[in-house]
Amino acid sequence: MPQEFRLILKNIDQPGYTNDIECYLRHGGYEALKQAIVLKPKALPDGKIQTGPEQIRDEVKASGLRGRGGAGFSAGLKWSFVDRRSGKPIYLICNADESEPGTFKDRQILHKDPHQLIEGMVISCYANDVKLAYIYVRGEFPDAARILKKALADARAQGFLGKNILGSGYDLEIFIHRGAGAYICGEETGLIESLEGKRAYPRIKPPYFPAILGLYMCPTIVNNVETLCHVRHIITLGAAKYAQLGTPNNTGTRIVSLSGHVKRPGYYEIEVGKVSLGQLINGANFGGGLRDGRSLKAIIPGGSSSKVFRAGEKFKLKRKGADGQMVTVDVDLLDLPYDFDSLQAAGSMSGSSAVIVLDDSTDIVKALANLSEFYAHESCGQCTPCREGSLWMSKALHRMTHGGARKQDADYLIKTATNIQGRTICAFGEACAWPVISFINKFREEFEAKGEADEAKSGTSH
Amino acid sequence: MSEPTEFSSASKPTANPLAHDAHFVVSAELEAEASELISHYPEKRSAVLMLLHEVQERFGYISQEAVAWIVAKLEMQPIHVLELVTFYPMFRQQPAGQFQVKICRTLSCALGGAYELHHHFCSRLGLDDQAHGIQTSKDGKFSVEFVECLASCGTAPVVMVNEDFREGVTTQQADEMMAQCRKTKG
Ligand SMILES: Cc1cc2nc3c(=O)[nH]c(=O)nc-3n(C[C@H](O)[C@H](O)[C@H](O)COP(=O)(O)O)c2cc1C
Ligand code: SF4
Ligand code: FES
Repeated sequence: MPQEFRLILKNIDQPGYTNDIECYLRHGGYEALKQAIVLKPKALPDGKIQTGPEQIRDEVKASGLRGRGGAGFSAGLKWSFVDRRSGKPIYLICNADESEPGTFKDRQILHKDPHQLIEGMVISCYANDVKLAYIYVRGEFPDAARILKKALADARAQGFLGKNILGSGYDLEIFIHRGAGAYICGEETGLIESLEGKRAYPRIKPPYFPAILGLYMCPTIVNNVETLCHVRHIITLGAAKYAQLGTPNNTGTRIVSLSGHVKRPGYYEIEVGKVSLGQLINGANFGGGLRDGRSLKAIIPGGSSSKVFRAGEKFKLKRKGADGQMVTVDVDLLDLPYDFDSLQAAGSMSGSSAVIVLDDSTDIVKALANLSEFYAHESCGQCTPCREGSLWMSKALHRMTHGGARKQDADYLIKTATNIQGRTICAFGEACAWPVISFINKFREEFEAKGEADEAKSGTSH
Repeated sequence: MSEPTEFSSASKPTANPLAHDAHFVVSAELEAEASELISHYPEKRSAVLMLLHEVQERFGYISQEAVAWIVAKLEMQPIHVLELVTFYPMFRQQPAGQFQVKICRTLSCALGGAYELHHHFCSRLGLDDQAHGIQTSKDGKFSVEFVECLASCGTAPVVMVNEDFREGVTTQQADEMMAQCRKTKG
């Protein structure tokens, strides 16, 4: 039976483990930083000299670490895009906005193990010649902001932060910046605008790639809380050993937030790809199955923006056969390995690794109406297709769930959603379109049945 | 008398949506905190969200006087502060109840009974559960509003009461919470 693998959550929730620095130090805290900051320049086979920070960047690349915030982009590659020749300062921002519906993993780290994040950040900053960094905490986490503020002060007092860190000559400051209730601040360029004291209007890419024109138009790295924590473990374990965790191209561990209709909702850390969706939902040491007497209807596999799966779906996935050749195999929904690549191959994504389970008691139209209301509320309003479209979809779905459904609503919704995706400044356009497109494509009969029933009741037909 | 046309109202400026606060006085402590926060950024303007939080924590909402103070502190244009207060949902433009109850309405919480819980709060406090936006009870004790996902979907339904975070809230616990709050002097 597959088990949890607690790397990031190792100490979290253990009896007696607290979020103060003494406790962290007793559990080997800041040892990775001590190790990283004294790395000596190394001569490469080609005679080039590689500095300590360059070695750390190489390790992170070799570890295969992929971003845990949503897009699953290689952290090492992202760092390699940073413009190091501009002469401008390089900034690093930790994205602690955690606002994708269904996701509650960063909350655990911020509240219960803040020093793990700070250690990961200091190492990441050292590796990238960053002198000033921020933690962007969502406004609804006032406790986390207070805990982090104290943790930063304690780290500073012990020489892990501030001037001349651990006698190395390296200076770094980290400050907390609080959001104020807008989901779009999680999008990295919206976040940067917000940090500059503006409305969180995402910037258009190109040209505003954060690695080149980020905070104050300087090169900037934005990484998720969990991603930065992994950096600490990559240093401790070494890239090669870290990469043995998980599966090829999907290395390491990942915290899955499981919610909805399961017996044991919660956060579970797994080796990426070593546990299937079905095991996450039904495993005795994971979700513990559905409520008694209920059967599975749908799974939202990677946060509310990911495309929904319908119970019973089967997928054709490419796998390496025993002879090393690629073969196509049939995989049942519940047998999909929970990783980046499999969920993508199955037409959805692991996104923020938030699994929302819907059982047969769920009114699927109502569930979509709920999500669409979220997106209508959260659109920043810059792009017409997103601002207007998200509201149209929400209004139509509201009408559909209040006795006014029409037969053609399904087509209308699909048309609207299709006209949003790909036509907006940021990925919110897709985030609001994908749930609509996937819910209707996979449960069309429920949308149409509502239309027929309501039209029959009111005696109209169009 | 003829109705003003769409264009003839130009002489009448749009009303500032923010309330006045005759009691807005900046303490030395707030001044010091503001200076500290401003020192965290290479550009002053970046401190604006943090200052808005500091103000709202102390005064309960963002008044016109508060904006004027921030504008002076950060050398900004008033509109650049006002547009933040209207953009970021957490900032209030008017005073709210002594206890602000924020109920998460997003999917996992909705599946866990958030709408029933919201209805319960509203009916106990004499509020309309169909109304949009924040509502305050007549005695000024409670404000109730729906908010979006609070990042604790595994313990649905979740509620924030001022800065306190409550998980898996039942209607019975809601009643206890309200009773507890009523005992607290306003
Ligand atoms: C609409 C939208 C919301 C997002 N919200 C978050 C969020 O709350 N937290 C987060 O870490 N990333 C979020 N992201 C992803 C970020 O833009 C960014 O890719 C991420 O922080 C990069 O970190 P990573 O590479 O470590 O994953 C969001 C993206 C979009 C388009
Ligand atoms: S896609 Fe939506 S959220 Fe993103 S910039 Fe455009 S309007 Fe704003
Ligand atoms: S849906 Fe309520 S906390 Fe996420």
